[in-house]
Amino acid sequence: ISIYELELESNVAGLGIEESSLISILGKWHPEQKQSFRKGTRDFFTEDDRLFERWDERHIAQLQHEFLRFKNAMVLWTMHPWERDARLAKEALRKGQQAYGVLVEIACTRSSEELLGARRAYHSLFDHSIEEDVAVHVPGIERNLLVALVSSYRYEGPRVHEETARSEAKILHNAFKASDKKKPIEDEEVVRILTTRSKLHIKAISTHYKEFSSSDITEDLDTGFLLKQTLQCLYTPETYFSTVLDSALKDGADETTRETLTRVIVTEANNVDMKAIKEEYHQKYGVDLSEKINGVANGNYRDFLLTLVARGG
Amino acid sequence: MASLKIPASVPSPAEDSEQLRKAFAVLFVRTRGSNGEFLMSIGRNGNDHHLIFAGWGTNEALVIKVLVHRNAEQRKLIRETYAATFGKDLLKDLEREVSGDFERALLLWTLCPAERDALLVNEATKMLTASNWIIMEIACTRSSHDLFMVRQAYHSRYKRSIEEDVAYHTTGDFRKLLVPLVSSFRYEGDEVNMTLAKSEAKILHEKISDKAYNDEELIRILSTRSKSQLNATLNHYNNQFGNSINKDLKTDPTNEYLTFLRRIIKCLTCPEKYFEKVLRYVIKGLGTDERALTRVVTTRAEVDMERIKEEYQRRNSVPLDRAIAGDTSGDYEKVLLALIGHGDA
Repeated sequence: ISIYELELESNVAGLGIEESSLISILGKWHPEQKQSFRKGTRDFFTEDDRLFERWDERHIAQLQHEFLRFKNAMVLWTMHPWERDARLAKEALRKGQQAYGVLVEIACTRSSEELLGARRAYHSLFDHSIEEDVAVHVPGIERNLLVALVSSYRYEGPRVHEETARSEAKILHNAFKASDKKKPIEDEEVVRILTTRSKLHIKAISTHYKEFSSSDITEDLDTGFLLKQTLQCLYTPETYFSTVLDSALKDGADETTRETLTRVIVTEANNVDMKAIKEEYHQKYGVDLSEKINGVANGNYRDFLLTLVARGG
Repeated sequence: MASLKIPASVPSPAEDSEQLRKAFAVLFVRTRGSNGEFLMSIGRNGNDHHLIFAGWGTNEALVIKVLVHRNAEQRKLIRETYAATFGKDLLKDLEREVSGDFERALLLWTLCPAERDALLVNEATKMLTASNWIIMEIACTRSSHDLFMVRQAYHSRYKRSIEEDVAYHTTGDFRKLLVPLVSSFRYEGDEVNMTLAKSEAKILHEKISDKAYNDEELIRILSTRSKSQLNATLNHYNNQFGNSINKDLKTDPTNEYLTFLRRIIKCLTCPEKYFEKVLRYVIKGLGTDERALTRVVTTRAEVDMERIKEEYQRRNSVPLDRAIAGDTSGDYEKVLLALIGHGDA
């Protein structure tokens, strides 16, 4: 019986459900085996005073999450990308501060046209503009950053003005160095540069930044999680995505973090970026992304993710 | 409603291009005769004397006739056909052959609306402070869709985003308002939440009473809410607090920022009244922005010029065309009058 206990446990600990093994094992159980399973696994079942072992509610909820992972991945995958991003944004606003990173991710890693599409879809789905909802839900200094990010329509062409990039690198350097006196997110110029300049321009800024500092621009920006994430998403999205994936695949991650696995793989599977993400992940963590997913995820969910990851080449 | 008049049967873009070329061609060949008089050569109608006496007027009239009575789609086709047939950019030829206010009016008119607005904003970022009005006007009076087309046109033409230029060239409270205004993509439906209208009217009233005119909440409401929602909120403001919001914002007539706020509100809720006022000040000579007349006429002729005319007549007891005729002259006057629907197509 303990083998089955382990099987169920591993199903709950991992991501997704190993449907085939559950079918083959559970399908054969006689009533006595089921009973001894219930009595034996204290974690999942508790003795009720009316003398029966009842399912623990939390574990049912957990199992539900695991069973739904495949469905959620499939629904997200087949959804129009604009609707997907609009819904992800809405969900992030509902969850509150812990989920603002999703807004930054959408605003900074999508192309200008994709972001505009998401804004259009948002109108259709929720009868509001994305910026008015972000403005209403996000308090304080973070509001300015997030509203500006979701409203941006960055230039995507090749032209960069190197002189301006250099002077803006200096502005950022000064602002980051003075972060103990004034938080960079409160600095209007920092916000202006990061929320309006094109991605190529920001890359140019990062290159020029080295003239003023021995460390990389993302290292110098220590304080302010959202601002750092903004910079990472704009400048090195592969690094950002690798970090997110690593957190999602770790042991003991909470449900919100685990959900990010579906989001990132489904969103990025069609992008050129997926290849870069896999390379970056391998370099950073010494393990193949596919291997890691194989070890941590189960069943149809695992197979679906692996198929998507493999598409990136 | 647009004041633009288009003839019942419109010539093909090829015919129009040909006409324009003729209009320019005569202008090209200006030589002086032995007695110093201007000669028109090429014997276009075989009667050089006639052309000398007629002067330049005939040709400008032709240009107006072809360009002014065409809508944006038709003008685009003409530009493309002109370029394909003669290998030249119509706009560059216009720039070379006509001048002054007439040139600017034709140039602005010939551009399609998105390019035109992008040009105006770019110009405005390079000017001094008076230009904040122009950026605001464009950001607030265009529909969400049209404003987005402007942003796309801006990318193509200037290789930068509109928001990065506006952010870079403005400062302080004006930047805090202008960047969100120019980046907004307001919901355009009629759905309105009356509870929200009440609560946001209250917020606005509080901030204004505290003279916190650059407060985050105030800016948030003005720069993100849909126009219908704003209307509901401001109506509620009026009902609840006795004064219209613009009346409460008039506490200091010399404060530029307050004037800016009032204009934003006007642009978002009743643009015809805003444009009527701009025209009134320009025509009376009170405004500092002489090019405003050209801008308003060329940008509104295809949108709501009829409403602006009605508003103008109502407010000034004089029809707009008479006022314009009194204030301008020559070809410039002709093109403005034609755009506002004076006379036939």
